[in-house]
Amino acid sequence: MVEAVLQSNPEYQKALADQEIEARAQRAIRKRRLAVRGWQIGIFVAIFGLWELGADTGWIDPFFYASPSAVIERLVDWAQNGTTEGSLWFNLWVTMEEALIGFVIGSITGVIVGIALGRNPMLSDILSVYIKAFNSIPRVVLAPIFIMILGLGLASKVALAFIMVFFVVFANAFQGVREADRDLIANAKILGASDWQVTRSVIVPSAMSWIFASLHISFGFAIIGAIVGEFVGARFGIGQLISIAKGTFDSAGMFAAIILVMVITLFAEWIMTLIENRLAKWRPQQSIDVQ
Amino acid sequence: MQADKGGVPAIELVDVTRRFVSPTGKNLTALRDFDMSVAQGEFAAVVGPTGCGKSTTLNLVTGLARPTSGEVRLMGAPVSGIDPRVGFVFQKDALFPWKNVIDNVMAGPLFRGKSTAEAERLAKDWLTRVGLSKFLHHYPHQLSGGMRKRVSLAQTFVNEPEILLMDEPFSALDVQTRTVMHEELLNLWSERQASVVFVTHDLEEAVALADKVYVLTAGPATVKSVYKIDLPRPRVVSEIRYDPAFVKYCRTIWDDLREEVETSYRRANEAA
Ligand SMILES: Nc1ncnc2c1ncn2[C@@H]1O[C@H](COP(=O)(O)OP(=O)(O)O)[C@@H](O)[C@H]1O
Ligand SMILES: [Mg+2]
Repeated sequence: MVEAVLQSNPEYQKALADQEIEARAQRAIRKRRLAVRGWQIGIFVAIFGLWELGADTGWIDPFFYASPSAVIERLVDWAQNGTTEGSLWFNLWVTMEEALIGFVIGSITGVIVGIALGRNPMLSDILSVYIKAFNSIPRVVLAPIFIMILGLGLASKVALAFIMVFFVVFANAFQGVREADRDLIANAKILGASDWQVTRSVIVPSAMSWIFASLHISFGFAIIGAIVGEFVGARFGIGQLISIAKGTFDSAGMFAAIILVMVITLFAEWIMTLIENRLAKWRPQQSIDVQ
Repeated sequence: MQADKGGVPAIELVDVTRRFVSPTGKNLTALRDFDMSVAQGEFAAVVGPTGCGKSTTLNLVTGLARPTSGEVRLMGAPVSGIDPRVGFVFQKDALFPWKNVIDNVMAGPLFRGKSTAEAERLAKDWLTRVGLSKFLHHYPHQLSGGMRKRVSLAQTFVNEPEILLMDEPFSALDVQTRTVMHEELLNLWSERQASVVFVTHDLEEAVALADKVYVLTAGPATVKSVYKIDLPRPRVVSEIRYDPAFVKYCRTIWDDLREEVETSYRRANEAA
C-alpha cells in the first residue's frame, strides 16, 4: 500500500528539508491567489464586455440599460462639472454623513441596549414582546413618517439609518451575551470580578464576534436607510440623484449612482475588516493545508 | 499532614440538600443529607459515579449556588455569596481565550484591585513556578492541553486561595501529563497548605493525592463512606502506584465505589 503510493508519487520518495517544504507551500499559496485573481478579473471583463458589446450592437436597448462607457462618461462628467443638484462630492458627502451618523449612533445604542438586556433576563422578558412587534415593521415604511416629523433635511435620514442599524446590532449583541460561556463567567466571578468587571472583561469580548458580524452588514443598511429617505424626500444626496435620473429617464445616471454606492459600501466593509482583524488577534488562524 | 490550625474546619457541609426544579416543575434532588468536613490544610478527594452530584457540591462551596436546606460553612462562618478565599480549577479550562497567558493570570489580582505592576509581578512569579515563563504572550489556543492547565493553576494560585476547589481538573489530559500535573499540584499545595477539595472519578488519582477520600452514592449524592489515606508525604505520584499500601487502599475503596457505579449505570440504561 505504502509502496504503491510512493510509486505513483515519486516526488515524495525523498525526505524534504523544511526549507524546501516551506518554499513549496509559498509557491502553492501564490499560485492559488493568482488563479483566484485571474478568474475574478476574467468574470469582470466578461460581464462588462458583454454589456458594452450588447449596447453597441443593439442586442439590448441602451435607453434602458445604458452601457459601461456611458456610465463612466456620466461619472466623469459629474466629477468634473457637478450634477444638476450641485457638486457630486457634496451630494456624496450628504449621503455619507446621514449614513455615518445613523450607523454610529445606531450601533452604539444597539450594543449598549443589547448587552444591558442580555444581562438582565427580567427586563428582556418584559420588553421582548415590544421588541418583536417593532422589529416586524418593515423599516422603510417609516421613511414618510420620519420625513413628515423631522423634515427634508439630515435628521429624517439619520433616523431611518439609525432604525435600520439598531435592530441588527441589538439582536446580535443580545445573542452574543446569551452565548457567553457560563464557565468563563463563573471563573471571572471566583477570581474576584464584580458584575461590572464580568460585563467588561467576559461578556463584551465574547459578544464581540457577534457584534462585528452585525456591523459588517449594518453599514450597508445605514446606506439603504439614507438613500430610501432621500428617495422619499430630500434636496441632495445620492438617493436624490437616482430619483432625478429616474424622472428624466437617464439610465446612465442611475447606474452611475448605484456604482458610487457600491464603492462606498465596499470601502466601509474593508475598513471594518481591518479593525476586526486587529481586535481579534487572539482567534485561532486556519492553518493552510498544502498538498 | 492535617495541620489543624485553630480547630475550626476550613469547609463544612452540614445536612445539605440541593434540589433542582425544572421550569416544568419536575424535581431533581442532586444532594441529600450531605455532610462533609475538611480540616484546615487538609487535602480531601471526592469520588463518585458520573452525574451523582460532585460538581453541585463544589458549586455550593464557591457560593455560586445555594443549598436548598442545610448549611455550608467556610472557616466556621456560613457562606453568603462568592468568598474571596476560594479558588476554583475547572474541568475544561476556563481561560479567557481573548487574553494571552500573562493577562489571564493577571486577571484575578486586577479584579481584586491590585495595581497593574503588582499584578504583573505576581503573575510572572506564578508562571515561572509552573514553568511557563517563556509563553507569557501566547494565546490559550496556541498552547497544549497540559500547558493550558498550568496556566489555569497559575491563574487560581496567584490569588493565594486558602480554600482550593478542583473539579476533575486533569480528566482531559493524557496519562503522562496528568502524572506530571499531580506532582506539580502537590508541590504547590505543600508550599501553601491550602485546604483542598479535589473532585474526580479516578480513584487512583484520589488515593495518590488526598489525605481523605469521600465516596458518594449514585444520585442523589450523599456521603457513603470516608477513608483516611495514611500514606507518607511527600509523595511521588509516579511511584506510589507500586506501593502495596496504595494498592490496598484502591482495592478497598473500589469495592465500595463499584456498587454505586453499577447502580448509576443500571439507572442510565433503564432511562435509555
Ligand atoms: N443547574 C442545574 N439544573 C438542573 N439540574 C442540574 C443542574 N446542575 C446539575 N444538575 C443535575 O444534578 C445532577 C448532578 O450533577 P453534577 O453535580 O454535575 O454531577 P457530577 O459532577 O457528579 O457529574 C445531575 O443529574 C445533573 O443533571
Ligand atoms: Mg461534574
